[in-house]
Amino acid sequence: MTAETGIGARVTRKEDVRFITGRGRYTDDINGHGQLHAVFARSPYAHARIRSLNLAAARQAPGVAAVLTGEDLAAGGVGALPCGWMIHSRDGSPMKQPAHPALAQGTVRYVGEPYAVVIAASREQAQAAAELIDGDFEELPANVDTGSAQSFQPIHADIPNNLCYDWTLGDEAATDAAFAGAAHVVELDIVNNRLIPNAIEPRAALGDYDPGTDVLTLFTTSQNPHLARLVLSAFVGLAPEHKLRVVSPDVGGGFGSKIFIYSEETVCGWASKKLRRPVKWTADRSEAFLNDAHGRDHVTRARLALDADGRFLGLKVSTIANLGAYMSTFSSSIPTYLYGTLLAGQYTTPAIFVEVKAVFTNTTPVDAYRGAGRPEATFLLERIVETAARDLGMDPAALRRKNMVPRDAFPYATPVALVYDTGDYQACLDKALAMADYDGFPARREAARARGRLRGIGLSCYIEACGLAPSRLAGQLGAGVGLYESAEIRVNPTGNVTVFTGTHSHGQGHETTFAQVVSDRFGIPLDQVEVVHGDTAQGQFGLGTYGSRSLAVGGSALMKASDKVIAKGTRIAAYLLETTPDDIDFEGGVFRARGTNKTKTFGEIAFAAYVPHNYPLEELEPGLQETAFYDPQNFTYPAGTYVCEVEVDPETGGTEIVKFTAVDDFGQVINPMIVEGQVHGGIAQGIGQALLEACRYDRESGQLLSGSLMDYAMPRADDLVNFDLDVVRTDCTHNPLGVKGCGEAGAIGSPPAVINAITDAIGVRTLDMPATPLKVWTAMQAGNAAATGS
Amino acid sequence: MYNFTYHRAGSVDAAAAKLAEGDDPKLLAGGMTLLPTMKQRLAMPSDLVDLNEIGELKGITVSGGTVTIGAMTRHAEVAASAEVRQAIPALAKLAGLIGDPSVRNRGTIGGSIANNDPSADYPAAVVGLGATVVTNKREIAGDDFFTGMFETALEDGEIVTAVRFPVPEKAAYCKFPNPASRYAVVGVMVAKTAGGVRVAVTGAGPCVFRQADMEKALSSNFSADALSGITQPADDLNDDIHASAAYRASLVAVGAKRAVAEIA
Repeated sequence: MTAETGIGARVTRKEDVRFITGRGRYTDDINGHGQLHAVFARSPYAHARIRSLNLAAARQAPGVAAVLTGEDLAAGGVGALPCGWMIHSRDGSPMKQPAHPALAQGTVRYVGEPYAVVIAASREQAQAAAELIDGDFEELPANVDTGSAQSFQPIHADIPNNLCYDWTLGDEAATDAAFAGAAHVVELDIVNNRLIPNAIEPRAALGDYDPGTDVLTLFTTSQNPHLARLVLSAFVGLAPEHKLRVVSPDVGGGFGSKIFIYSEETVCGWASKKLRRPVKWTADRSEAFLNDAHGRDHVTRARLALDADGRFLGLKVSTIANLGAYMSTFSSSIPTYLYGTLLAGQYTTPAIFVEVKAVFTNTTPVDAYRGAGRPEATFLLERIVETAARDLGMDPAALRRKNMVPRDAFPYATPVALVYDTGDYQACLDKALAMADYDGFPARREAARARGRLRGIGLSCYIEACGLAPSRLAGQLGAGVGLYESAEIRVNPTGNVTVFTGTHSHGQGHETTFAQVVSDRFGIPLDQVEVVHGDTAQGQFGLGTYGSRSLAVGGSALMKASDKVIAKGTRIAAYLLETTPDDIDFEGGVFRARGTNKTKTFGEIAFAAYVPHNYPLEELEPGLQETAFYDPQNFTYPAGTYVCEVEVDPETGGTEIVKFTAVDDFGQVINPMIVEGQVHGGIAQGIGQALLEACRYDRESGQLLSGSLMDYAMPRADDLVNFDLDVVRTDCTHNPLGVKGCGEAGAIGSPPAVINAITDAIGVRTLDMPATPLKVWTAMQAGNAAATGS
Repeated sequence: MYNFTYHRAGSVDAAAAKLAEGDDPKLLAGGMTLLPTMKQRLAMPSDLVDLNEIGELKGITVSGGTVTIGAMTRHAEVAASAEVRQAIPALAKLAGLIGDPSVRNRGTIGGSIANNDPSADYPAAVVGLGATVVTNKREIAGDDFFTGMFETALEDGEIVTAVRFPVPEKAAYCKFPNPASRYAVVGVMVAKTAGGVRVAVTGAGPCVFRQADMEKALSSNFSADALSGITQPADDLNDDIHASAAYRASLVAVGAKRAVAEIA
């Protein structure tokens, strides 16, 4: 059975039947008895002082149970929403973290910031009452611009220059020395565009307090329910941890935006306790645009030093990162430890120095979004490397190959704090170039020219770091939480298995992948394994799912727990088969006394463990249930080469992606079909960032101009091309499955490939994302104007 | 959504009667603009008069060199109609480029032209093909129907019942869609008709308009070459986060040229 369903098999996803037949159970599908509905009053201004809020009419409106403000929450002991990662500036001072109340107190700082909540018997009544809130606002000057934020008046009174921190990594003196001796220096200004996440299921929360047990149950769309419980109890103070149950049922996508602890779930939980009624909120799409944490938003100047032969000598990077108006849960770590550490890429650049200034603006808070820091690093690096090749007149593939970490150099320590355990970057590059017919490109370009189209090709050789680890190191770097993962395997008396994972699946297919691992290890059919996640009352503590960590870290915990089950099963089998554990072999679901035909099946051992009539009770406890926690020794390092080929319509600036090749090294792959799905989705999102997704604020008013799907273009199937995928395999050396993580690679690797291809096609040096037809056309007009000297 | 009173009309006359009664009534055709606006609480009509059950407003007939499309005919029906594809392929193509499948299966020609969104496709067809808009009260020439941004010649209580398109000698529609909304950033309908050459532009300005310079050039020489050197002034064109006025002006010229090239 394991050949068809075990490790490496393309198993159809177990969970898809319920999803595609409408039987998924999402937060909004859950209702409490006597449930009330919350509607939030949100700031219409990017920056304003709240002079007064007249709530009388709203409170008297039909069906209204309560109208609450930030002051009510503070009086009720609800703490501010914390940022969970401390960053220190280059002078050693801690980052400046402004108070982030769940409902604004006194001042609103971005359009959409909630400042009051109406709780009523129906959503419509709450909406109607919310319109009766009479707020007197004094509008203040607002800034939405990243690059100039430090010279704008402080938007938090106690934070000068709107500067949260000024962080550095790397050896500045060594890097300056490398530049001093360089034959060539390439300089590039790069903007990494702000993105709006748009998971298909909007965020939702249902607080359901039980006065009988004093337990508050919070159903919510979280990627990490245990972490939500920890933060909401220890920092926000909703309830003690043992009196707070967080349930994250089926969740329709997250892409990072559902990692964080937001105002709405905090308010629903607290209000349920206060009103002793269930309180529900479900975002509409407009709220999601305004209030879910956005991604990216960097402005960077980068310089690359090369010797006369094209070897990279040094890289110097200066980045301004926009945090938005407040610090979201992990916002501080994204433009620092998930960004600066990746700037070596696949290359042996000996000296790297990066400085990051994180700034506050009157915009929605920014935090992790698929890739989180690594797409920003990869875009910068692969853009400047491509530009260097063009400036020096070298083949971009050859320049990359010349500078790649050799395959015999692992483990390889970079100058920016990481140690790559394994990889074969040349093999990925070679395979991708062959699949993309790189050598045949000039002929295709000529053929396109004959058709009146401009054809270009772009490469991207990415590396990323997954499975953020280990906990001790993360703690030294400022993390407020551990970064291990957990698994519990309960072998049931009848021999089937229930697995509890501390990770959370919101589209990734864990119910299948994790079951494949367990089925393979125990030699039992796939349908005998049930994977359970998302309920703090059911499973043990875990850190959830983000950063492509679930299999690399959670799967490793699962392997450890299954080792323990097999070890105990072996002892039980030895007793029953009258031999010693050392003489028991376990394979294909059967325990065998070595050299005999005496066997016990996995199911028989389970039954014996739970009905211990013939059992070594003096030496072994009954039962067959094991828990393991796994703390990784290192990150994992997926890597690969992407090749994008485009054709640009010279009259309209429209870009068509005509060929896209991706070769990834994810180590061992458990389910190739699921992995390909992850890569497809990641590339689609990366192409979305590169071509389509334009988050635009009005510079004067601070209003979000791209506040709906009518104005913010998400990638659709007809924007894309069939992707040509393949893999190279070098297994991770430090986890038991040899896996690396595949969830973010596509979104990390693809944007620079696309922009490198377009800039190649139209012959310009810089082009900001998203490369909309307007922008490409404008760049061509400017290029033509420059070429003709006008 | 605010509360409203819903009426299902069984005939055009019944709909007109209901329309005369309400405080601030609105007709509900496909609802592709009206319903999202109501859901966002940006519109609060007192009454909705639903036209969806009125059989006389539906359907496509082709006879005597005229394609008549009932006001409540869905875009998808026009796009898929063998008769329309035969008589005016550009019209079927235009209908198939509107929005996405959900919009095409719900939205109607009457609703689209009565709303007169500056980026909608159908106004380019009505003006570019020299169509006639038929209402419950009169007939209005396509050239006179669209009067400004979201404004039409329709009077209070007037209901579009059909649009009559004369079959042109040839016609083509070139559209540059907004990648998010799939509305036209610019759409150009070029037609050679019994009454002369027509070039109608949607998306570019506050309201669909005819490009007289291009019409004149094409009248003497119906070829893409005849358009070279003719530029569209950017002065009064739309300028927004998706496209500048200059870019739209450029697309008008490109779109006209491509449409002509398709049929010349």
